[in-house]
Amino acid sequence: MILIIQLPQEKLHYFEFVKPIEDVLRKNNIEFRSIPYKSLDENIFLNIDKIIISGTSLKDNRFLKDLEYFRWIKNLDKPTLGICGGMHILGLLFNGELKKQQEIGLTKINFEKEFLRLSGSVEVYELHNYFVEPEDFNTIAKSNYCIQVIKHKTKPLYGILFHPEVRNKNLLLNFVNL
Amino acid sequence: MKCGVLFSGGKDSTYAAYLAKKQGYDLSCLISIISKNPDSYMFHTPSILKVKKQAEVMSLPIIIQETEGKKEEELIDLENAIAEAKSKYKIEGVITGAVESAYQASRIQKICDNLNLECFNPVWQKDQIELLHDLIENKFKIIITGVFAYPLDETWLGKEINENFIEEIENLYDKYKINPAGEGGEYETFVLNCPLFARELKIKDKQISGGKHSWKMEIEVK
Repeated sequence: MILIIQLPQEKLHYFEFVKPIEDVLRKNNIEFRSIPYKSLDENIFLNIDKIIISGTSLKDNRFLKDLEYFRWIKNLDKPTLGICGGMHILGLLFNGELKKQQEIGLTKINFEKEFLRLSGSVEVYELHNYFVEPEDFNTIAKSNYCIQVIKHKTKPLYGILFHPEVRNKNLLLNFVNL
Repeated sequence: MKCGVLFSGGKDSTYAAYLAKKQGYDLSCLISIISKNPDSYMFHTPSILKVKKQAEVMSLPIIIQETEGKKEEELIDLENAIAEAKSKYKIEGVITGAVESAYQASRIQKICDNLNLECFNPVWQKDQIELLHDLIENKFKIIITGVFAYPLDETWLGKEINENFIEEIENLYDKYKINPAGEGGEYETFVLNCPLFARELKIKDKQISGGKHSWKMEIEVK
C-alpha cells in the first residue's frame, strides 16, 4: 500500500498536484491511500509500504511552517519520495537550507548517476521558487541552476525537485516497484 | 477565493471553471484573449460575440483582450488582461483549462507569479477519455467547431460530444494517434450548455470554411 501525502492548502490544487500522481498509480492497479498532511495520524503508517509526498503551487508555502507534521519521517524508515515541496521538507528535516531559485517549464537536467532508471540528460517539468541545499544527502542530479535529485546517505529517502507526474510518470512507478 | 477564468469558450476552460465553482471558489470574471493569429502558440481563437454570449448566460463580467498573436507580445497582452482583472475585480487567483501543453501552462504560471496571483490548473494532466466522460456526466453540451488533423474532416463539424463521439474518437486514436480530447490541437470545441449556464445557447447561424483536414465552423449563438 502506497501513502500519498497531499501538500496543497487549496482544495482546487488537489486536481493539479495530487490527482495526476493518483492517476499513475490507479492506471497501474497499485493500491494507495491519499491524505492531506494535516489529517495524518500514527495508525495510518501501520499498513503502508512506501510514501509519496506531493508538491504544491508556487504561492503555497504554508507547509514550511508546518514541519512538525512531518517529524515522523525521521524515525519511520519507510521508502519516501518527496516531490518539489515534498523534497524541501525532507531536506529541511535533516538540517538542509532553503534557497531561492525559480524554474518554470520544461528543462533538461543531468543525472550524475542512475536514479530510478533515469540517467544522463533528461527533460523534466519544473515549477518552483525555491530549492533545498541538503545536509546528510547525496546529490544525484542538477539543472543549470540548482540541485534536482537527492538521496539520503543512510535512509531510503529520495527528493526530486521537478514534477515527475508531468513528463516522467515512469519514475513514480519505478519508485513504487523499488 | 475570488478567481478570474482564462476562458476560450471551449470544453477545457469551461470545465475548469465548473470544477472551481463546485469546490466553492468564487468566479469573479472571465478573461478572453482574442488572437488575430490563427496559429497562436498560446490561445485558441474564439470569436468575441460567442464568448460574450457565454459570459451573459453565466452572469459574469468578461475582459476581452485582442492580440496580434506574435509569440512574446501575446504574453504581454495576456499579462495586461490578467492585471486588469486583478485591479477591477480584486481576483486572487486565475483558473486555466491547460491539460497537456507545458508551453502554455508555464507561461501562465510565470505571469501569475509576477502578479502575485494563485494559478489553478484543475484539468492539468487529466486523462483525455476521463475528461470526455466527465463532461457528459456533468451535462455539458459541447459541439465541435474546428478540426485540424487527418483523418478529421468537415463531417465532424457540429458533432456533439456524447458516448458515440468518444467511441469514434477512441478508434481514431488507436489508428491515427489522434488525441482523444483534442489537446494536441486536433479539434476545437464550443460549450452550448453546462451547469454554469442559466440557459442553453442556440445556434442561430453557421458558416463553414476550410479544406482537406483543416475546417472551421463559425457559429452565431443566441
